[in-house]
Amino acid sequence: MTHAVALERVYCEYGAVKAVDGVELAIAEGEFFTLLGPSGSGKTTCLRMIGGFALPTAGRVLIEGRDLTDAPPYARPVNTVFQDYALFPHMNVRENVAYGLMVRGVPRAERARRAAAMLELVRLPGVGGRRPSELSGGQRQRVALARALINEPRVLLLDEPLGALDLKLREQMQAELKALQRRLAITFIFVTHDQHEALSMSDRVGVMNRGRLEQVGTPREIYESPATRFVAEFVGAANLLEGDAARRYADGAACALLRPERIRLGSEAGARASGTVADRQYFGAFVRLRVELQSLQLAVDVPADGVVPEPGARVQLHWNAEAIRRLDGNG
Amino acid sequence: MRSSDARRAPLGLRAAAWAVVAFLHVPLALIVLYAFSAEDQSYVFPPPDLTTRWFAVAWNDRPDVWRAIRLSFEVASYATAFALVLGTLAAAALARTQFFGREAISLLLILPIALPGIITGIALRSAYSTLEIPFSFWTIVLGHATFCVVVVYNNAVARLRRTSPSLIEASMDLGADAFQTLRHVILPQLGSALLAGGLLAFALSFDEVIVTTFTAGQQTTLPIWMLAELVRPRQRPVTNVVAVVIIALTFVPILLAYYLTRADEPGAR
Repeated sequence: MTHAVALERVYCEYGAVKAVDGVELAIAEGEFFTLLGPSGSGKTTCLRMIGGFALPTAGRVLIEGRDLTDAPPYARPVNTVFQDYALFPHMNVRENVAYGLMVRGVPRAERARRAAAMLELVRLPGVGGRRPSELSGGQRQRVALARALINEPRVLLLDEPLGALDLKLREQMQAELKALQRRLAITFIFVTHDQHEALSMSDRVGVMNRGRLEQVGTPREIYESPATRFVAEFVGAANLLEGDAARRYADGAACALLRPERIRLGSEAGARASGTVADRQYFGAFVRLRVELQSLQLAVDVPADGVVPEPGARVQLHWNAEAIRRLDGNG
Repeated sequence: MRSSDARRAPLGLRAAAWAVVAFLHVPLALIVLYAFSAEDQSYVFPPPDLTTRWFAVAWNDRPDVWRAIRLSFEVASYATAFALVLGTLAAAALARTQFFGREAISLLLILPIALPGIITGIALRSAYSTLEIPFSFWTIVLGHATFCVVVVYNNAVARLRRTSPSLIEASMDLGADAFQTLRHVILPQLGSALLAGGLLAFALSFDEVIVTTFTAGQQTTLPIWMLAELVRPRQRPVTNVVAVVIIALTFVPILLAYYLTRADEPGAR
């Protein structure tokens, strides 16, 4: 079967800097795939190589099974939603949306009709005559989306498109993007450094660090069974058990993960560890305790509506055996 | 009440503002006045009598006036056209790229406008004679183009640096090739910067004296003609008539630029 996009041993080097260091990745048709990583991890460079804005120094980029490694951006069946939206300031919204049709020589009447349909699709009818500068951030985002979708790409690339929006709007756009992707049944490749965004929207997530793909999997696999120490720490809150602590609590593994929400407070009977509350942080839905053990600090999330121990209190910690995840690799 | 105080400037400041306007414009007013003077040997104030006959003289009896204006207009047009093409290309090459010698090139591009015109003039003259290029219309155009390129380049490079590079990427992403991107995205973005640079280049070329003196052969551009006229104590007001016509003509592009760039503003940022 052909993949929507495949990266085959792709490298991208700028001088001595390896922006992308041997990435191997296959993204299925119709998948919502997210590249997650800190800034400088190479996720945007990967996206730019798929879009044709960066050329790999080695390796191949295949789109729909065709080798398009060196093809210019205008010869690829993909379109991009840019981080800063990149709307043309000298054109109105309708002209922006219809730009892809205009440069392909589609007649004016059809352009107007399809641009209007696209603005309808992103739930932004009636703004066609306005300038981008007259729109709010969320509206610009939708115009950028409509403009990228009008060419009916097989793959849509989204480069941190929600980064500039405030939290409420971002959550709303996340839901809308997801719904849009299901409806259009095209492949979305989404780049973000926001783990919540990645976990809540994606079919699969690829976690990147220092130019390498650390792990590819479903959001659940990424969160619950991180392959490396980097993934465990980058996605969600993590207690990392190493050395003595790992030997003691994780059957002698070199390194193990214990998520704060997997630890419960309880009675002395059957407790796996006990310690003193050093500090607590209120998060609304839960309270995060910092519990001092002999040679170790653990973050423990407890419900905010229950009895929350004061700093200095002695607490008994419980967890299920499968809450401990062994970590391999040295990342 | 505080704010209404603030809106009305104190008398001293208002007087100073009018004094500056007077300082700038009284000489211009005198030029206009002398265009109507009946005395044609020297400038006397007040003019003994007022007449419009010099306009008729300039129009009917002085073909040298119109030749000079026409030559200046043509030189300025060609120099501006060269500058627009070369300045834009140079700006495109230097705005966002990094290559060996980039800093040196951008410094060397600015140099002709920083150097005294007399140096540029002498340099061009000796270059022409070394290369055995006879003086002609084109040697003037080339001479003027050296500094016209700079003003266009400066305007274009500033605008290109303020333009998001993702606009160009977005255009290519949506299916436009390099030429379509130039036409539909880059040139419209540069439009008002090129207009401003082009007008300035035209104005610089139109009244250039020093470089022209060194690079012209028998041709007389308007500024050269005016200088020559000053020495001749005959029909003095004709020079002023020409000046009045030029002042009137200058208002057209200035007003045009004002309205065009003003209309540009809301969409610009």
